Amino acid sequence: MAEIPYIAAIEMAIHGEMERDDSVLYFGQNIATTENDKFLQAFGPDRVRVTPISETAEIGMAVGAALAGYRPVVELYMAEFMLVAMDQVVNEAPRFRYMTGGQVTVPLVLKAGYGFTAGWAGQHTGTIYGMFMGVPGLRVAIPSTAADAKGLMATAIRDDNPVAYFHHYLLTLIPGEVPDGEHLVPFGEAAVRREGGDVTIVALGYMVGLALEAADRLASEGIEAEVIDPRTLNPLDLKTILESVEKTGHLVLVDQATRHGSASAVIAADVADEGFSSLKAPIKQVTALDATIPYSQPMEEYLLPDVDKIVGAVQQVLGQAPVTA
Amino acid sequence: MKELDNDRRVWIFNQMARIREFEERVKGTFEEHPGVIRGHTHLADGAEASIVGSLATLEPTDQLMTTYRCHGYPIVLGTDAGAMMAEIYGKKTGLCGGYGGSMHLTDVERGFLGTSGIVAQGIPQATGAAYAAQIRKQDQVVLCFFGDGASKQGAFSESLNLASLWKLPIVYVMENNNYNVVTRSDQEDANAAAGEPLAVKAKAFSMPGVTVDGGDPEAVYATVGEAVDRARGGDGPTLVESKVYRLSAHGNIIVPPGIPLHFPEHEAIEVFGNAAEYEAAKKGDPVPRYRAKLVQDGVLSAEQADEIMQSAKDEMQAAVDFGIESELPAPEDATKFVYA
Repeated sequence: MAEIPYIAAIEMAIHGEMERDDSVLYFGQNIATTENDKFLQAFGPDRVRVTPISETAEIGMAVGAALAGYRPVVELYMAEFMLVAMDQVVNEAPRFRYMTGGQVTVPLVLKAGYGFTAGWAGQHTGTIYGMFMGVPGLRVAIPSTAADAKGLMATAIRDDNPVAYFHHYLLTLIPGEVPDGEHLVPFGEAAVRREGGDVTIVALGYMVGLALEAADRLASEGIEAEVIDPRTLNPLDLKTILESVEKTGHLVLVDQATRHGSASAVIAADVADEGFSSLKAPIKQVTALDATIPYSQPMEEYLLPDVDKIVGAVQQVLGQAPVTA
Repeated sequence: MKELDNDRRVWIFNQMARIREFEERVKGTFEEHPGVIRGHTHLADGAEASIVGSLATLEPTDQLMTTYRCHGYPIVLGTDAGAMMAEIYGKKTGLCGGYGGSMHLTDVERGFLGTSGIVAQGIPQATGAAYAAQIRKQDQVVLCFFGDGASKQGAFSESLNLASLWKLPIVYVMENNNYNVVTRSDQEDANAAAGEPLAVKAKAFSMPGVTVDGGDPEAVYATVGEAVDRARGGDGPTLVESKVYRLSAHGNIIVPPGIPLHFPEHEAIEVFGNAAEYEAAKKGDPVPRYRAKLVQDGVLSAEQADEIMQSAKDEMQAAVDFGIESELPAPEDATKFVYA
């Protein structure tokens, strides 16, 4: 166990999996451009390559290499760059196994940073995993800690399905305790980050940290929140969420995405569908407001979920705040 | 590249006859068994010489990816025609169990890794398979088939750039049938509008670009064969523009359920009112053309050629019968194969 930054944990997982399995490839833009690159040094130019700025070719080639027996990891930097190659992500990689009646598998990982709400303005700040959550055949991972960043990446590389792996840019340098050696976090197992009996807070990705801060503040008011981090959106561990809601009777969801593009809206609908009888109050979602992320800091902050908004939402579902809060 | 001996030339004719007869029976199914074929079906009649001439260059461990106009290739590879027809009929016994249909015939065991139904999107996938072949170092080559329309997609440009940069063992075979759906090439392609062959696009990617008569299987074999040798030798990709004329319309009519599906006339007639163009193309039909050549060269007698055609007819009738008699899949199987 060592304390390392989130981004180093991701690299550790890719490195470890490449050591373990010769079929793992790593390519993308602006990597391995000199001999000093540690992946290039360790694994050579067959398995580690820089590509042109050609997302359709990068992801399409990953599909083809996967069909031909390899396990590519595509370095995409920004999640939005996947939008350039949406057909390959949504309508190619996850379809092949199904359309061929199970003849093939397409094991690949799309490593995509998201949510860079630090003055990157409208086109590099989106929280877009909700677009991919409902694509049959595509797994979606959203690690919130350094340990999970490693464990979910390792699992993603070993998974036989295409995986969209979303890492949050504001977590990049945040350190955390990370297990040494092999560390796998199974897909579809939520983590209960904090136990509590009064309200369930389901928080996604970077929002987990904000939810825990909110929970600390609520605790000082005598409210015990249970904070759940789903860790993967597909598969989604609805069971853990429903069990928690059964216990607390109250649900708040926190997602950095805009409301109707959020994953929280889907989870809220699932709980309403399958857990309505457990609920003592309406479900409340804390999401970004429906706008493009602006450049200027006060406007950027205004749109996004924060600790105050989460605390307010919890107070509201518990009937301790005016409905307008 | 091996010389084509007479046995191989007869084999080529036989495969061309089998593709033609398969496609005739697919087309015929719309009248003989209305409602059995759903959605959109695209036929390879007219492209037989190009398909067979290309695939004749391959070794058993080589691979290919194609477009949704995909019926011809597996026939040449030896895929069971009954399983193919059953797939097109949506049957449980189909090549892909009824999950893919006409546009997604796939036979991984024979090196046919799959198709994309979206124009040009199979090009990067085939390029990725060629990357895999390059680093596996077993002298494999990948053939990538697509149409002229696909060459205006970014996927085409991005892939050819990378393949040339990395010297990947791939041959890009552009089947230029001069129409993207119902639009003529000179209406949507700058090279075509300027009177240049589409193979000039290769120049932008510093790879050879060659144009060949796709109605002549031996010319295709020689051209693609040279490109395959080049790819296998580590010298990188080639763009082959194979000029074909599809003898059927782009696909069956696109209408909502309730209206019987059928194949309309070719776009030259239906859209552009140019029956003369279509009639001229019919005169150059590659199947009778190659038959005449082999008979003229004394490779086949007329009777032997008739026997090959008859044998193809019998085989494809059996494929239709198998497809019709096969059962539909169980509805609940629809949730299988979503995840590995």
